[in-house]
Amino acid sequence: MLDAYLDFIRIRFLTMLAYRINYYTGILIYTLNIGVNYFTWKAIYGDGDSLGGFTAVQMTTYVAVSWMARAFYFNNLDREISSDIRDGSIAIQFIRPYNYVFAKMMQGLGEGMFRFLLFMIPGMAIAMLLFPVQLPTAPSAWAGFLVMLIFSFLINSQINVITGLSAFFIENNEGVMRMKRVLVDLFSGLIVPISLFPGWLSKVLEVLPFQAITYLPGSVFTGRVQGVGIWNVLGIQVFWFAALIIPMILLYRAARQRLFVQGG
Amino acid sequence: MLYYLGLILEYFKNYMKTRLTYRADFWVEVISDLLFQATNFIFILVVFMHTDSLGGWSQNEVIFVYGFFMVPYAVFSCFVNMWNFSERYIVKGEMDRVLTRPAHHLFQIFLENIDPPALIGGLVGIIIMVISGGQLGLPLEWWTIPALIILTLSAVAIYAGIYTALTSLSFYSDAPTGILPLMFNIQNYGRYPITIYNRAIQILLTWVIPFAFVGIYPAALFLQREEMTSMALLTPVMGGIFLTIGLLAWNMGVRRYKGAGS
Repeated sequence: MLDAYLDFIRIRFLTMLAYRINYYTGILIYTLNIGVNYFTWKAIYGDGDSLGGFTAVQMTTYVAVSWMARAFYFNNLDREISSDIRDGSIAIQFIRPYNYVFAKMMQGLGEGMFRFLLFMIPGMAIAMLLFPVQLPTAPSAWAGFLVMLIFSFLINSQINVITGLSAFFIENNEGVMRMKRVLVDLFSGLIVPISLFPGWLSKVLEVLPFQAITYLPGSVFTGRVQGVGIWNVLGIQVFWFAALIIPMILLYRAARQRLFVQGG
Repeated sequence: MLYYLGLILEYFKNYMKTRLTYRADFWVEVISDLLFQATNFIFILVVFMHTDSLGGWSQNEVIFVYGFFMVPYAVFSCFVNMWNFSERYIVKGEMDRVLTRPAHHLFQIFLENIDPPALIGGLVGIIIMVISGGQLGLPLEWWTIPALIILTLSAVAIYAGIYTALTSLSFYSDAPTGILPLMFNIQNYGRYPITIYNRAIQILLTWVIPFAFVGIYPAALFLQREEMTSMALLTPVMGGIFLTIGLLAWNMGVRRYKGAGS
């Protein structure tokens, strides 16, 4: 049975590989994103040396690492699931002998592995050449970051699956998907680190799962959070990973009850 | 011409009918559009919590630029919505159906995907311009409104040109995931004072993917920023050029199209 799921990873990886040309442009576009953010922050810093606990160099590193982490964890599972629902092909997938949600997560992982190797690593190399990025030297920091990156992927994919499954209840969930995309980018700290938000808003964001996707791992990797703090970050990620399984299962169950195919 | 106007009307009626089927969704979409704008707004507010000026531009000026940007963006998202083009028309083969009809193919695709709720964002943009412009004490000249209309249309042309050109790439590659989603974040950067970026990015945002002409340059005209006036006046020219590029790329792409799917 496990073999079948491993095949989902492998097949998606190979599919992505077949379409790799897309990702060469992607690397350029992400580098541009990092560049523009870098210069915006430079203008904001002016002569000041610290904002929200970030030095200018830490901010540059944070911006680069966050975008490159996004290159890894980002996927379109929400769109895939809702189009499965809309064209009715989900009915066939439900009767197959595997768990639909788990299979989707595996496909997402295959995509993530592709993005890691052919998008994130070369992109990071280019970003390091162009901008004053300062990466940690301790191997433990790198090992820790990789673990956190996996949890970023898991949490983001869980949010995507939940958004995708919502198509069962709101037949056309285009708006919800767009909303999710924007919320994740802003509230995960990709665009602004959460410590720079006004006090009340950062308090709210601290109890939401989004910060576990970008902000917390980024804070560790830039060296802002050290020592015991690293274990706290990991704890928060594990907590959200576990907590988000519950709505996923509930939605999936409810969806199986509710399945009605539109057209097809 | 009359034929095309009639088509717009018919498609709009059709749109209303589908909308009445998926009623709750309308409001979700309006709210999600506004939320998208709100998050960018939050970014501006957060930035100005930590600094007084961004490259010599005050908070109200940056907000005004944002308000302007919302107007062409709304018109563009209402009429040019090609997000799913590759999946829907090429992979699933709907392009065949479009090509067998008499009206221009690109026009049909635009119409099949119209999204009127997006226009509400433009209304909010105008309100933002009025409020921030009032706080800045901007005068309302005789040319303000006509200029606003011309610059908005030019900006829409630039947008449409860029996205049409990029979408027509899907005639060449079979990849189901386009580069449009990757571009999504870049369009925002044309709203910030372009002088804060380094030369390479300025050139990129001005001449290659000219998103600066959709935000900062035209808005500078109303803000009476003289250093950018000539760029603002160039907006209609850029609109013409990029719309032409988009249409040419599209027509070339269509000629290559061989049909796929069932």
